Amino acid sequence: MSTEDLYLGKKSYSVLGQRPVRHDGADKVTGKAVYTSDLQLPNMAQGRIIRSPHAHAKIKSIYTAAALKLPGVLAVVTGEDWPNLEEKFAIMGEAGAVNLHHLANNCLAKGKVVYKGHAVAAVAATTLAIAEEAARLIKVEYEILPSVTWVLDAMKPDAPILLPSLRTDSMGKKGTEPTNIATHIQFEQGNIAEGFKQADVIVEREFRTASVHQGYIEPHVSVALWNEDNRLKIWTSTQGSFNCRQQVSELLQVPVSQVVVVPCEIGGGFGGKITVYLEPVAALLSRRCGRPVKLSMQRNEVFEGTGPTPGSYAKVKIGVKKDGTITAGEAWLAYDCGAFPGGVIGPGAMCVFSCYEFPNAKVDGYDVLDNKPHTQAYRAPGATQAAFACEQVIDELAAKLKMDPIEFRLKNAAKEGTRRVDGPVYPRVGFIETLKAAQNSDHWKSKLTGKNRGRGIASGFWFNIGGASSCSASVNDDGSVTLVEGSTDIGGTRTSVAMQLAETLGITAQDVRPQVGDTDSVGYTFLTGGSRVTFATGLAAYKLGLDLQEQMKQRAAALWDVESAAVKVENGKYSSNGKSLTFKELAGKIPGAKLDPVVGRASVSPEGSTNGFGTHICDVEVDPETGKVTILRYTAIQDAGKAVHPSYVEGQMQGGSVQGIGWALNEEYFFDDQSRMKNASFLDYRMPTSLDVPMIETIIVEVPNPSHPFGVRGVGETPIVPPPATVANAIHAATGLRFTELPMSPPKVWKALSTK
Amino acid sequence: MGRLEAYPTLLQTNHLGQANPVAKKTHVSTTVNNEPAEFLCEPRESLLEVLRDTLKLTGAKEGCNNGNCGACTVLLNDVPVNSCLVLGVEAEGASIETVEGMACEGHLHPLQQCFLEGAALQCGICTPGFLVTAKALLDKNPTPSEHDIRFNLANNLCRCTGYDKIVKAVQEAAKELAAK
Amino acid sequence: MKDFTYAAPATLQEATRLLTAANGSARILAGGTDIIVQLREGLRDAGQVIDVKKIPELMELSFSPQHGLRLGAAVPCYCIYENAEIAKAYPALVDSARIIGGWQIQSRASIGGNLCNSSPAADSIPSLIAHHAFAEVVGPAGKRKVAVESFCTAPGRNVLQQGELLVALVFPPTMPHSGSAYERFIPRNEMDIAVVGVGTRVQLNQACDKIEFARIGLAAVAPTPKFAQEASEWLAGKPLAEETYAQAGELAKKVATPISDMRGPAEYRTHLVGVLVKRTLEKAVERAKGK
Repeated sequence: MSTEDLYLGKKSYSVLGQRPVRHDGADKVTGKAVYTSDLQLPNMAQGRIIRSPHAHAKIKSIYTAAALKLPGVLAVVTGEDWPNLEEKFAIMGEAGAVNLHHLANNCLAKGKVVYKGHAVAAVAATTLAIAEEAARLIKVEYEILPSVTWVLDAMKPDAPILLPSLRTDSMGKKGTEPTNIATHIQFEQGNIAEGFKQADVIVEREFRTASVHQGYIEPHVSVALWNEDNRLKIWTSTQGSFNCRQQVSELLQVPVSQVVVVPCEIGGGFGGKITVYLEPVAALLSRRCGRPVKLSMQRNEVFEGTGPTPGSYAKVKIGVKKDGTITAGEAWLAYDCGAFPGGVIGPGAMCVFSCYEFPNAKVDGYDVLDNKPHTQAYRAPGATQAAFACEQVIDELAAKLKMDPIEFRLKNAAKEGTRRVDGPVYPRVGFIETLKAAQNSDHWKSKLTGKNRGRGIASGFWFNIGGASSCSASVNDDGSVTLVEGSTDIGGTRTSVAMQLAETLGITAQDVRPQVGDTDSVGYTFLTGGSRVTFATGLAAYKLGLDLQEQMKQRAAALWDVESAAVKVENGKYSSNGKSLTFKELAGKIPGAKLDPVVGRASVSPEGSTNGFGTHICDVEVDPETGKVTILRYTAIQDAGKAVHPSYVEGQMQGGSVQGIGWALNEEYFFDDQSRMKNASFLDYRMPTSLDVPMIETIIVEVPNPSHPFGVRGVGETPIVPPPATVANAIHAATGLRFTELPMSPPKVWKALSTK
Repeated sequence: MGRLEAYPTLLQTNHLGQANPVAKKTHVSTTVNNEPAEFLCEPRESLLEVLRDTLKLTGAKEGCNNGNCGACTVLLNDVPVNSCLVLGVEAEGASIETVEGMACEGHLHPLQQCFLEGAALQCGICTPGFLVTAKALLDKNPTPSEHDIRFNLANNLCRCTGYDKIVKAVQEAAKELAAK
Repeated sequence: MKDFTYAAPATLQEATRLLTAANGSARILAGGTDIIVQLREGLRDAGQVIDVKKIPELMELSFSPQHGLRLGAAVPCYCIYENAEIAKAYPALVDSARIIGGWQIQSRASIGGNLCNSSPAADSIPSLIAHHAFAEVVGPAGKRKVAVESFCTAPGRNVLQQGELLVALVFPPTMPHSGSAYERFIPRNEMDIAVVGVGTRVQLNQACDKIEFARIGLAAVAPTPKFAQEASEWLAGKPLAEETYAQAGELAKKVATPISDMRGPAEYRTHLVGVLVKRTLEKAVERAKGK
């Protein structure tokens, strides 16, 4: 029996686990799907952003008169056009309290620019060519300030200060001196001094990672129409239409009732399309000129002006007994957050020790400003950097103890009842199962031969956040069901949500016609992120199915003139007293019998997080003459709870793995000595091409999630967590050298090998 | 592509002063997806802009506008090109094929069908470019190896799939086309 | 992109007339894979763009074993590697043509354009140097020939004078027992700019156990691509051995004066010259032996 057979399909379902063609598929393979930049509105104006060429500078003046005189120019806006947002905060979902002044400043700078590519003005014109010409005519006078881009440099007392009013918040206590350290957090359990005393072997190492970008292929683009009736309509590429609506409404100080956000098809996000950049600026331009305004970024603007993930420094120390039991762990993590406070140090600190039992542990985390674009979420934000550190120390400890790296992990693996260092105690999780699947995999059992080759393994963890989701549906005469849900669909979630509704109702996936509604046509739904859609919106779809089923029972009861309680439903079949109708047959009888149409709704707001674990295996070959690393074979194993659509679960695992491989080997923001990014193009940023990776083998493990009726766990983010550590462990196996700095690019690997 | 690599770039000034942003347009006659098409365009407009904004064929996508992502791939006289690196005026007399021309008479091209069945797309923004390049590959080489597929698709970036299912979908389509 | 006018002359005469009249403000368009990006990004300016693909001499691709290869300056890369005879005769050129960008780039980009763009990291120039090609230039004063190794003068600059145009690259006939190869080092496997590029050609003696003649071209190690003359000349008469290739690599490093940038530190680039000279010589020798 293959490992796939072992772990797939522990419970029988009729729809879940099938691989239907996605509902939006035909549109997307024929070029018909409408992404925001495909939108053509009557009388639409085109906009352009003017950006700072300096990483840190005071804006002394912005000269716009020449641009405004150019025929065809309709409007120019700058940071002076924001409403007064000083000291205003908004509570925004998982992001917590967001300082609106900072959010506005990031979209359009006021007074000062804090990274190269920071937006300083925007222009709208009748054509893009005129807008570009006008952008060249806008002259900005700067007074250049010193800048900093490495997190540890930014923490030094004499570092250039980005926000003069900033004081460190250290566990609720405010500092007194100007600083770039926005936050210091600390998690602790047990007593690490005692823990390290019990240890026979202790390994401590330092790790560094460069900033990397989400790299979605669709640049940011938004269209805004601020109508004369003061209603604002926005079409945009966003991971959360309601989150976008809230941000725009808070930034422009207009009620949410005046704003509708239409989520168009979205060309990738990976966490980078949650915060707004263009939407409120397009709105300001539209209010000025009375026309719809389209604002889109060029690729270099995406790299220079939108959120990379943090560059980071980590020091990790772990102690173990001779028998392999972990006794203590200590981590000191500093992540940059770019030019505004509020990065991803929180989840980074929660995740660093999340795969294992640590009876004694302490984690310190720092959120640090520097002159880079404000960091944003990137697929399991903060966890990959942490795993790169922890999983290499784990690998080294296993080697020192002469233990098999899987056995060592199994001995300490987090399981039901394990308390994570930040507090939560795990319910049933599937980490051990992923390790066992790795052990039984064809890849792990195969022999790796050849010179300069090595095999590595590493694991990773990420949350599945809950949050609110809503959906509604109506049953059609032909037995089909029209579903409206609020989760923007980045990778096939219309289908994974529709399948859960179909499973509940006992109909086929094709019988459900799902669509993503705008903010005026569906209930509040939190963003597409946190590996939550198939889990939480899927949960809403299940509840919606129960609502529809109950109503269908009532219709059957009315039809047969019996009590509703006398109608039985099994696998989509409604029966009573020997009479029976399928869902479809029953739906067909409703209009003729003049019964009320069936319209259902559901909303959920699951609290807390469920948990996703993965383990990856990688074989590499290192060219000793050039330092180039080739990925020979790669296997990703993950607990999906229940794989709703296995092809798209595999797709998430494969895509995340390859993003992680890119992070491991070549991707980085390269800055010059003036803190200016030098490689803001797909050519020089070097994301993996099809020729850089092998097939990515996948093994789906299914340990049902106790907080979901079908056992579903989110799967989107975990796959990016293990790869850099997995590759590093493989390179170590091939070369005997530990690489503690990302990316492990050829010059670095060569340098280390040549000085070995 | 297109950088003056590794050394300070140089701007050659042309003493023209400020260019007039509204230029004279040129008339271009061409064939798009086997149908004659005519359009007016400024010399500076790319074929991608013409296709999307003038001819309203928005299947080709702009991912980078400098030839590095392949999302705007179309066939120009049967060879795949980045339409962002072709001027609209260069299309005079040429034959252009876009993703909109792949399905015919209500039937998807086997590549399109295999992309759907093999879940070879997630966000879908790179999909048109991949389909067009893959079609050019199978037209030229009906039995490509995995390496041939990966080599020829290397100018098309995908950030969602890790390429695995795209390569497999092309392999499947090649099999289907061979069986026809 | 700033506005420009467009012309597609059908004759060399018309092209040189337009170029002369433009007084330095015209830019030539062949495949467009460099110039369109540079115009869009404001790295170069143009009042007029002159499309040279309608000029027969620039689209000429003719080869005969006796006369060698004449490669029109605007012939796209794919035409080179899809021609079996040429592929066999000029393998280093073909190696280059296959890796300039991806397929979509090769459908448009030309070797002539790669030379005229005059990037220090140009993938084709080391191969042109190795193949001993020369550039045929036409201008108001008539025709002249320029050795490819002296064509580029600085990053993005070359010997073309106002009104001049590259017409074709002319390659000498290939000799028996000769072979060539181009390799570059890049961090990815495709779609990348050379960290270092090396093109070599060798001609062996009758017995195929000694090098009679060699030429080595280097890219991305100096402000312009370089002919590694000392290393090339030293190879004459040397046996086919790993030490020979390694020694040639050491000599070739002498002409490398690389900078450190995002593509790699200077020290690493210099090291790669040695690695790639060795690897391309091995490959060129194998090809010369008919393997």
